[in-house]
Amino acid sequence: MNLKMTPLHAAHERAGARLVDFAGWEMPLHYGSQLEEHKAVRTDAGMFDVSHMRVVDVRGSDAGSFLRHLLANDVAKLQTPGRALYSCMLNTEGGVLDDLIVYFRGEGDYRMVVNAATADDDEAHMRTLSSTRAVTITPRTELALIAVQGPEAVARTLPLLPEGLRAAAGLKPFHAVWDDAWMVARTGYTGEDGFEIMLPADLADGFWEGLRAAGVRPVGLGARDTLRLEAGMNLYGTDMDATTTPLVSNLGWTVAWEPSDRDFVGRAALERQRAAGAPEKLVGLVLHERGVLRGGTRIVTAAGEGVVTSGSFSPTLGVSVALARIPSASTEEVLTAELRGKALPVRVVKPVFVRHGRSKIS
Amino acid sequence: MSATPQDLKYSKSHEWVRLEPDGSVTVGITDHAQALLGDLVFVETPESGSPVEAGQACATVESVKAASDVYAPVSGEVIAVNEDLADSPERVNESPFAEGWLFRVQPSDSGEIDGLMDADAYAAMVASES
Repeated sequence: MNLKMTPLHAAHERAGARLVDFAGWEMPLHYGSQLEEHKAVRTDAGMFDVSHMRVVDVRGSDAGSFLRHLLANDVAKLQTPGRALYSCMLNTEGGVLDDLIVYFRGEGDYRMVVNAATADDDEAHMRTLSSTRAVTITPRTELALIAVQGPEAVARTLPLLPEGLRAAAGLKPFHAVWDDAWMVARTGYTGEDGFEIMLPADLADGFWEGLRAAGVRPVGLGARDTLRLEAGMNLYGTDMDATTTPLVSNLGWTVAWEPSDRDFVGRAALERQRAAGAPEKLVGLVLHERGVLRGGTRIVTAAGEGVVTSGSFSPTLGVSVALARIPSASTEEVLTAELRGKALPVRVVKPVFVRHGRSKIS
Repeated sequence: MSATPQDLKYSKSHEWVRLEPDGSVTVGITDHAQALLGDLVFVETPESGSPVEAGQACATVESVKAASDVYAPVSGEVIAVNEDLADSPERVNESPFAEGWLFRVQPSDSGEIDGLMDADAYAAMVASES
């Protein structure tokens, strides 16, 4: 099968990337050292090519009401243009079809960014649900998407933005500015400050090289995963999928229950699960002994078995951290991980391990 | 392309072996192996003085990506381990054939060394795998 390439493929090859298949795209895993790249984002600035993710514009007089039906979070919270919202898109059983960010650009004008692996299914699902509404769904595959993240990310990026978008300097988190071609949002997937920037594909290579010259380090998918895990951010397909609801995925906070008469896909199933009590919960784990928790590692609790959904070595903390789905009834502070034939103690923590370069685990 | 020093012997499971003047052998993992694993975060070496058996797992190298067993290329007794790796596992990535050595074995049967691959055979095996 031919792998798809982003507009930055040549830039990755020039930078000596180790390229791998990710959801049908040939993407950089790292450019030499995943640990160094991770550190660059925590202490300085790094950039990610996330052009494999799909930008989808939802427009029309019914766009708002359609998204209030499609998404578990409520776009009615987005009162001023430029505001953004994180949400799950659910099936009727309350299972998570995808997680995404939706931007409000004006009356009847929304932009979504969805995961690469789910993009085709998402689009089909959206077309089905919107068929009787005044809504147009337009994938913007001509756009490249670059995330610049780290304590120095904003300062390094601002001088390279088009003149009209320097207002990005004053953006609050989860806000965006745009012009006819570009859009700059203060969002990210690392637990650090920074921007996610949409720009025309033919400008991506030059912008990327400009960032490199400004000292922003290219960062691959390997470090992207350890950064988001340290930040306690779920990865779709790993920490939640169509068989798990937001309530068992530590994403209950993204479900807008009010107003109670808003009819969103999956609502009835979620309400039943909420009334009965979610059987499982997603928690954070820290392993202080030598070893690395990995997806699939078995966790033993007094209330039954659980499993690590994503685990890795935390470069910032120097120990292994993980997200794990365990029985809700488990209240112990220390559980047992079965790791390569050994039973090791793991501490249960709130699933946020690192924010803005600092440890969040005491 | 990974380096494959000519003066070493190699196992199918990507360990290298250097015969020392005193008849002991130093063991590590190859440049190819460390590149596949990515940045190492933990290295677990065998205890000094413990017996090892050719083909049996006796050490673990764990990277950000995966944990991988290291197999003893020859049978014998472990006479030294690289203590630096406990705090600096990255030595294996930086210098797999020198500072990143894992352990030394006094072989019980020096004939086992002859059964290992030379550099050309190992390089050919790696080329055929990729």
